[in-house]
Amino acid sequence: MKNGEQRIDITLNGDKTSVTFPGFKTLLEVLREELNLTGTKHGCELGECGACAVLVDGKPVLSCLMLAVEADGTKVTTVEGLANDARLHPLQEAFADCGAAQCGYCTPGFLCTAKALLDKKPHATRREIAEGLAGNICRCTGYIQIFEAVEQAAAKMEAGAKK
Amino acid sequence: MKTPLKVIGQARRRVDGQAKVLGQTKFADDLVFTRMLHCRLLRSTQPHAVIKGIDASKALAMEGVKAVLTGADFPVSYGILPVSQDEFPLCREKVRMVGDPVAAVVATSEEIAIEAALLVRVDYEPLKTISDSLDALKNPEPRIHDYGDHGNVHKAVALEFGNVDAAIDGADRIFEDHFFFQGNTHLPLEQHAAVALMDTEGKLCLWSSTQTPHYVHRALAKALAIAPHLIRVVATPNGGGFGGKTDPFNHEIVVAKAAMLTGRPVKICLTREEVFYCHRGRHPVQMKFRTGVNKDGMITGMDLQTLLDGGAYGSYGVASTFYTGALQPVTYALPTYRFRGCRTFSNKPPSGPKRGHGTVQPRFGQEVQMDKIAVALGMDPAELRLKQLAPANSITANWMKISTSGLRRCIEEVVKRSGFHEKWGKLPKGRGVGLACSTYLTGAGLPIYWNDLPQTGVQLQFDRSGAVVAFCGATDCGQGSDDVLAATVAEVLGLTTRDVRLVTGDTGITPVDLGSYSSRVTLMMGHAAIQAAERAKALIGTAVSKKLEIPLDRIVFAGARVFDASDPAKGVSFQDAVILGEAMHGTLGTSGSYKPPPSPAKFKGGGVGPSPAYSFTAAVVEVEVDEATCFLDVKKVWIAHDIGQVMNPILARGQVEGSVYMGLGEALMEESTFRRLPANLSGALVHKYPSMLEYKSPTTLEMPEVDTVFIEDPDPNGPFGAKEVGQGPLLPMPPCVANAVYDAIGVRVDESPVTPEKIAKAVWEKDHGREARFGPKSFPVIEWPEASKVKTPAEGGDGTASNEKPRKSKLLASGFRLAPDSPGAKVEGVKS
Repeated sequence: MKNGEQRIDITLNGDKTSVTFPGFKTLLEVLREELNLTGTKHGCELGECGACAVLVDGKPVLSCLMLAVEADGTKVTTVEGLANDARLHPLQEAFADCGAAQCGYCTPGFLCTAKALLDKKPHATRREIAEGLAGNICRCTGYIQIFEAVEQAAAKMEAGAKK
Repeated sequence: MKTPLKVIGQARRRVDGQAKVLGQTKFADDLVFTRMLHCRLLRSTQPHAVIKGIDASKALAMEGVKAVLTGADFPVSYGILPVSQDEFPLCREKVRMVGDPVAAVVATSEEIAIEAALLVRVDYEPLKTISDSLDALKNPEPRIHDYGDHGNVHKAVALEFGNVDAAIDGADRIFEDHFFFQGNTHLPLEQHAAVALMDTEGKLCLWSSTQTPHYVHRALAKALAIAPHLIRVVATPNGGGFGGKTDPFNHEIVVAKAAMLTGRPVKICLTREEVFYCHRGRHPVQMKFRTGVNKDGMITGMDLQTLLDGGAYGSYGVASTFYTGALQPVTYALPTYRFRGCRTFSNKPPSGPKRGHGTVQPRFGQEVQMDKIAVALGMDPAELRLKQLAPANSITANWMKISTSGLRRCIEEVVKRSGFHEKWGKLPKGRGVGLACSTYLTGAGLPIYWNDLPQTGVQLQFDRSGAVVAFCGATDCGQGSDDVLAATVAEVLGLTTRDVRLVTGDTGITPVDLGSYSSRVTLMMGHAAIQAAERAKALIGTAVSKKLEIPLDRIVFAGARVFDASDPAKGVSFQDAVILGEAMHGTLGTSGSYKPPPSPAKFKGGGVGPSPAYSFTAAVVEVEVDEATCFLDVKKVWIAHDIGQVMNPILARGQVEGSVYMGLGEALMEESTFRRLPANLSGALVHKYPSMLEYKSPTTLEMPEVDTVFIEDPDPNGPFGAKEVGQGPLLPMPPCVANAVYDAIGVRVDESPVTPEKIAKAVWEKDHGREARFGPKSFPVIEWPEASKVKTPAEGGDGTASNEKPRKSKLLASGFRLAPDSPGAKVEGVKS
C-alpha cells in the first residue's frame, strides 16, 4: 500500500469485498469513487440531508460522516444491494409505484433508512415513519407519497412473511 | 367521436421509476470517464472589488495540476436573456459578490484541485458594497454594472391599463397595503455538476444537471466562440431543479473550456455552499398595493408597485420584474390596472426564477389584501373572490387571453371540504383558517430569445421490430416529463409506455425543446408528440388499410393492434402494421412541433405573461398558533387545482403536494439572508446560512396532511386538455398561512416567512394599542419611467400602447448562428 492508504474488508451487498484507498476518504467517497457504486448520493457532504444513508450492520449511517476505515469488518448495504437478485425489494416496488421517487436523488437514502425502520418496527405508524425519516430531506414530494410507500411496503412485507 | 383515454389519466409507474429505486439513474456527478480531471473554482471572498492581479504560479507548480484558468481565458460574456449578457465564466475586471468565480484549477484529483485553488493569490481592491434594493436606490455609485437603466437600477418598467387613478379614487374605499416577500432558494438535493470532454469526433460534449440544455448550448457557442453544431449538451436527469438549474452557469462553460485545453474529460461538482452562491432563487420583493373597492366588494382598479432585489447579475431578472405584475388581473377581473416594477442590483448572489417565477411574491400581497378587504367590508373571503373572478374565454385588462378557468369550482371545493364557512372567524382563539387563490402559466408564450421557430419538437422512429423511439429535447428534472412523452405517444398509437423508448434532453441528437421551465413541457411537448404520432398513424394506417382492404377512416390503433373499427378481429399486430408501413413507405420516421398561439398583448412588456392556458388553484390552510410562544403549526391543507386533464394521477398529486410543501417552506421558515463579516476581515456580504442544516426547510415532521382535488375541465389549448400542475399549487400557500394566522389570533404578518418572532412582534403592537401588524410601513420613492398607456379591451383597445412607437411586426427568424472563426462574435438572430 502506498503512503497514507488504508485497506478494509467488508461484506458489501452480500459480497466479500476488499478495497484500498487514501485513508482520509469517507465511506461515501470509497463507495462512489473506489467501488463505482454511484447509487449512493450526496447532497451536502456534511451530514445534513440524508441522501448518503447506507446500512452498516443493518443500521442507517450517513456515509459522508463515516470514515471508510471505520467500516472495516462490517456488513454494508447500499441501494444497489436492496433488490433480491432481479426482484425489487417491497420498498423499491412501493417507492416506484406510489410516486415516492420524483427526481430520485434522495431516494437511495430514504430506501436505506426506511428499510432499517421497517426491519426494527414492521408495524410502524405514520408518526413513527415520519420520525424515522426525519433526517432525510426530500425537496420534490412533500413526503406524503413517501409515507404511503413505506406503509404499502410494510403491508406487503407482512403479507409475504405470513405466506 | 371522442375515444376514452387508455394511458393518459391512468395511474401508472413512471417510466424512469425502476431505475431510480435501483440507484441506476446516472446523475451528472455519477458519470466517470477514464483520464478524467477534476475542476475546482476559486471564488471571490470580496462582495465588490476590482481584480488587480491573479498569481497562479504556486498552484501551477503543484504536482497533478494540469491547468489554471482565469478571466483572461474568457473574453466573451453570456447570460440567459439577450438583454442581460452580463456574466463571464470567470470574472475579468471585477467581482460583484462573494462566491463570484475568479479562477479555475484543473487537476488529476478533486483533492489536489481544492488544495491548489487555495494557493492562487488574488489581489483585490475593495469597492463600496450595495446590500439590498434600498441601498441600491440610495447609492447610484459605484455602479455594479455599466449597463441597466441607471445607477444600480437594472430595469424599471411601468404599464397602465385604463384610467386607473380615477377608478381607484372614485371607489367607496381605498386599500393601501405594504408587503415584503423575503428571498429564498431552490435547495435541490443534487448539487450542480457537469462533465465535459472532446468526443471521438473531436467535438465538444457537455453533460450537465441543467433544466435547459438548449440555452446552455447557446451560451457555450457564444462564450467559447465555437460553431454550435460542433457542440453537444446532454441534460442528465436533474436531482431536483425548481428553476435553480435554468440559467447557463459559469462552471459549465469553464469545464468545457478546460476539456478543450487539456484534451481530457473534466468534471466539476459544486459543494452545497457553492450551490447557495449560484442561487437564482426567489427575489426579495417590496410591494405596495393601492386598490379601489366599492361597498359591494367589487374592485375598481389596482395600482401595484414592486421593488426587486436582483443580486449581482441580470439572470432572468427583466422577465422576473414583469412577472411580478403579469398575473394579478388573470385571477380577478380588475377593470383597470397599473403596474410598476423595478429591479436593482446588489452585491449578493443573483436572484432568478424559482417555482412560480416572480408571481409568488405579489400573489402573497394580493391575496392577503383580499383578506383584509373581506374583513373590512364584513364579507366572506370566498364570496368576495367568487363575485369577481376573471372569466373563462376572456381577455384581461392587461391583455392576457384566458381560455378555460376552473377557479370557481376550485374555491367551492376547498370551502366545502375544509368547512371554511363553519370555521372562518368561528374557531377558538389560537386556531384559524385562511383562504387564497392563484393562477399560473402553462408555458410562456414567448421563448427567451425571440424567434419564429417552434418551441419544441418531437421525432418518432419506427422499425420492423415494432420499436418506437421518441426523440425530444425536453429535460426530466424529476417532474416526470419522460413519462408524459411516453404516455402521449403510447396513447395515440394504442401502445403502453413500456413500448416506447425515449431519447431526451440531448442537443446533439434530439429536436430542440427550450427546457423545463414556465410549466411548459407537458403542453408544448405533448402537442408536438401528438402531431408526430398522428403523422405516423397516417403512414402506417394507410399501409394497413391497403393491405387488409379496410377504409382508412375505419382504421383503429389500440391494444398494440391496428384493426377495423367495424370488425376488430380483422387487423394486425402493431409490429406487423409497422412492417407494412415500412414496406410501403421505406424507413419510417415522423416529426411534430409546437409554437404557442400569438398573444393579443402588443405593447412593450406584453411578452411576459401570455400563455396558451392558465391553471387555477384555491387552497385553505388551518393553523394553530400558541398564544404564549406564538409558535405556528399548520394542521391541514385543502387544495383544489384546475389542471384541465390529469396525465398521470400519481405524478400530478406529487406535483401538488410538492408545491404545497415548498410553499409552506417559504411561508414558514425558508429565507436567504445575508450578513456582513466584521470589517477587519473583509466587510463582505456573506450568506447567513449556506448549509442545509441552517437554511431551514420542512422535514417529514413539519409536513401536514394535504387534501388534494383536481378539477378536470379539458382546455382546448392543452394536449388532451391538460394544463400545468408543477408551479401553480405553490402560490396560495404563503398568503393562506398569513390569512390563517390572522383568523387565529387577529394579527397580520405582512412579510414572509411568517415566523413566531414576527407574530410575537405583531401581538406586542396589538397589546400596546398600535396596529396589530408586522411588516413594512412604506414603499420607497422611485423615479418611474412614463407608463405605457394601454386601453383595456373593455375600453375598445387593440392591445397596443398609445404612447409607444409601433413595434416591428416581423421577428428575426434565425435560431443562433456563429462563424466558427470569430471569437467574440455576437450571436445573431437575437432581439436586443
